[in-house]
Amino acid sequence: MKLGRVIGTVVSTKKLEAFAGEKFLIVQPLSENLEPDGEPLVANDTQQAGPGQLVTYIGGREATIPLGEPFNPSDAAITGIVDEVATE
Amino acid sequence: MKIGRVIGTVVCTLKLDHYRGEKQLLVKLLNPDGSEAGDYVVAFDRCQAGPGDVVLIIDEGNGARQVLETGPKGVVRAVCVGFVDSVNLGRAEPATFGA
Repeated sequence: MKLGRVIGTVVSTKKLEAFAGEKFLIVQPLSENLEPDGEPLVANDTQQAGPGQLVTYIGGREATIPLGEPFNPSDAAITGIVDEVATE
Repeated sequence: MKIGRVIGTVVCTLKLDHYRGEKQLLVKLLNPDGSEAGDYVVAFDRCQAGPGDVVLIIDEGNGARQVLETGPKGVVRAVCVGFVDSVNLGRAEPATFGA
């Protein structure tokens, strides 16, 4: 998993059947110091996250598992809302 | 597998149900010689690691689901599965990470 900040939402009316009812968010990937790192991506929401929140997200095949339809092409999914990153 | 140094923990209250009770480590990835590889990962803990420890990380779903015993619906990839004491690259002095 990686850390990211939700910076927006995506509205998509016409999309694959497998994505019906799914919410998409724009996530800015962050470095371990919580600084922006790389290009924003679109991720499925599983946690009712909203703009401004620090989240963990997962990429790869695992991102397809939380969605209702088992066969879907999601490549990123939010897995948790971060309360605290405690570093030394 | 990859080698990394634990630099902290990530605490989430709202998360996927099967993440409950799992500790999430913030792990900075290392090259075999101990230098920083420039990337990091948030990994579940299976060896009671803490900040400063140099650890072995798997970053692959099927292995992670086995180790964490989540069943086929586990949304998991990165798991800390061991400690690295030293790495020998065929040089005179092995890179030593353990205490």
